[in-house]
Amino acid sequence: MKLINISLSNLRRRKGKATFILVGLLIGVSAVVAFISLVDALTQDINHKLEKYGANIIILPKTENLSLNYGGLSLGGISFEMQEILQEDLKRIRSIKNAANVAAIGPMVLGAIKVADRSVLLAGVDFNVSYALRPWWKVKGEIPQEEKGLLVGAEAGRVLGLGLGSVLEANGKRLVVSGVLEPTGSQDDHLLFTRLSTAQAILQKEGRISMAEVAALCTNCPVDDMVKQISGALPGAKVMAIKQVVKGRMETLGHFNKFAYGLSAFVVLIGGMVVLITMMGSVRERTAEFGIFRAIGFRGGHVIRMVLFEAGLISAAAGVLGYVIGVGITKLVIPFFTESIDVSVPFDPLLAGSVFIMTVTLGLISSVYPAFLAGNLDPNEALRAL
Amino acid sequence: MSYIVVDQIMKQYGEGKAAIVAVKGIGFDIDQGEFVAIMGESGSGKSTLLSVMGALNSPTSGRYRVDSIDVYALTQDQRAEFRREYLGFIFQSFHLIPYLTVIENVMLPLATAKMKGSEKRGMAHDALRHVGLEGKEGRLPGEISGGEQERVAIARAIVNEPTILLADEPTGNLDTKTSRSIMELFESLNSNGMTIIMVTHNAECAQYARGILRVSDGLLAGEERILKQTDLASEKGNWPNNGDMKTTVYGA
Repeated sequence: MKLINISLSNLRRRKGKATFILVGLLIGVSAVVAFISLVDALTQDINHKLEKYGANIIILPKTENLSLNYGGLSLGGISFEMQEILQEDLKRIRSIKNAANVAAIGPMVLGAIKVADRSVLLAGVDFNVSYALRPWWKVKGEIPQEEKGLLVGAEAGRVLGLGLGSVLEANGKRLVVSGVLEPTGSQDDHLLFTRLSTAQAILQKEGRISMAEVAALCTNCPVDDMVKQISGALPGAKVMAIKQVVKGRMETLGHFNKFAYGLSAFVVLIGGMVVLITMMGSVRERTAEFGIFRAIGFRGGHVIRMVLFEAGLISAAAGVLGYVIGVGITKLVIPFFTESIDVSVPFDPLLAGSVFIMTVTLGLISSVYPAFLAGNLDPNEALRAL
Repeated sequence: MSYIVVDQIMKQYGEGKAAIVAVKGIGFDIDQGEFVAIMGESGSGKSTLLSVMGALNSPTSGRYRVDSIDVYALTQDQRAEFRREYLGFIFQSFHLIPYLTVIENVMLPLATAKMKGSEKRGMAHDALRHVGLEGKEGRLPGEISGGEQERVAIARAIVNEPTILLADEPTGNLDTKTSRSIMELFESLNSNGMTIIMVTHNAECAQYARGILRVSDGLLAGEERILKQTDLASEKGNWPNNGDMKTTVYGA
C-alpha cells in the first residue's frame, strides 16, 4: 500500500468523476489535435495545389532591353533575338542544393512565324509540364500528342481563323490543330503552342530555349535561396522569383495556422477550466477523507501528491486518447474540406509528443490549486465535515 | 514527569462577541499505560479536548506535551509525523475509506512509511488478527457489519503500534453486545501497555477505564482514578463505587 495505490483505488471508485475529467480533457485535446492536424493536412494540400497553380521562378536569357509589355498590352521592346539558353543547361538545376524542392521545370522556345500573312508567336513547350503548370487551361479538342500537333490560343484562333482540324504551314512544316484553348485572359490566348522539338525545328533553334518556368516547393525553403542557387547553376541566365505568388502562399498558410492555434488555445483554456472546476468539486467532496488521511499521519505534501497523481494519470490518458481521437476526427472530416483524395494524415510523433506533454502539464497546472487546498486542509476542520 | 501532560489548555473558537470558549483551561496528567475515559454532556468540550490531544487542533493557550514533546511547538508536518508515530485514532462513525478493502484501510497509516509492501501487509494481518477479523481482508467496508467496521477502525489505529489510542465515542453506533466486545478489546490493548483515552457518553463503557475525567462546561469537573493497578477485572461491574478509588471533585 502506497499513496499511488490509494489514488488508483479512488479513481476506480469514482469512475464517474474521473470519466468526466477525462472526457472534458479529451474534448479539448482531440479538438486541438483535430485542428492542428486538419490545418496541417490542408496546408499540405493547399500548398500542393498552389505549387500546381503555376511556376514561381522564371528563367530568362540575360538582356539589356526593358520589357514594354504591361497587362498583356505589348508596346514593343521585347527582343526574341537575344541569345537563348541551352536546353542541356537546364539539367544543372537538378543538381542545386535545394533540387528536391524543384517540382517541375518547363522549358519554352519562342519565335515569330507567319501564318496567313500575319505574324504570330509560336511557343514550343513540354506539354506534360506546361499543362501541369497551367491547370486553368481548358482545351477544346486535345493536347497535341504528335509532333505535328498544334494547340491554338483562343485569340490567335479567332484572328487566324483556326479551329480543330485546321492545317497550317510554318517554315515548310505542316501543323494540324488538335486543340483550341478556351480564353484564359493571359498572353497564352495569343500564342500557338506546339511540342518543344517541333518548334525548335521550325524556328531553327535546336537545343536552345527562350525561357523556362520552374515550380518550386517552397513550404520549407526560401525561394530567394533557390533563385540564387539556379543563378549559380545558369550564369548566363536571369533568374527571377514571382514573389507575389510565394508571399501569397505563405500568407494563406500563416492565416490558417494562426486560426488553428488561436482556436486551440481557446479550447485548451476551456479544458483547463473543466479540470480545475471538477478537481475543486472532488476535493470538496473528499474533505472528510483528507481529514482522515491527515489525522492518521499524512503530511500535506502526501495529500497534494495523491491529488496531482490522479490528475496526472487522467491527463496522460487524455493525452494519448485525445491524439488518437483527434487524428480520427481529422480523417473523418477532411473529405468535407478538400476534394483531393490523396490527402494523408500520418502519425506525427512531434504533434503526439507535444500534445501528451501539453495535456499532462495542463492537467497538473489546473489541479495545483485544488491539490494545494486539499493539502492545506485543517485536519480538525476536515474531520468536522464527517 | 507524566507521559501525557495537559497543561491549562484553553480553546476558543471565533473572536469578539461571537467567540465561543469550548475548553476553559483544563489540566491533568496521564501516565503511560493508563486507560482514561473522558465523560461529559454534549457541548461540554470533551471532543475539543480530544482533538487537542490528537494534535489536530491548536489550543488558544496552554501546553500539551507527550513523551516530553511540546506537541504544538512542532510544525504542521512534524505534527503529522507525531500523529503517525504516537497516536492511533478511532472515530465515532469509524470513517473507513469506502473504496479501499479492509486490509487496505488497515494499511493506510503505513502508506507513507518506507518499508516493504510485504512487511506492511504482515503488520496489517497482525492487527486484523488482533481484532478478530481474519478472513475478511478483501471485503469493502460496505460489505461488513458495523461491529466489524469498528474493529477495522481499531486495527487501523493500532497497525503502526502507537503508544496512545484516542477514541471518540467508539461505541456510539454499536449495540450493547458489540460495545462490550469492543471494550474488551480496548482492555486487552491496554493490558499490553497501550495508553487509551476514550471520550464516551456511555457509563457502562466508562467502567472499563481505570480513570474518568468529567468535563463540564469546558472545565474539568471531576477526576476519578483507581489507585491499585491490580484486580482490575474484579472491579468491573462495581466500579466506580469502590474502595480503591480516589475521587476528586473540582470547583463548585
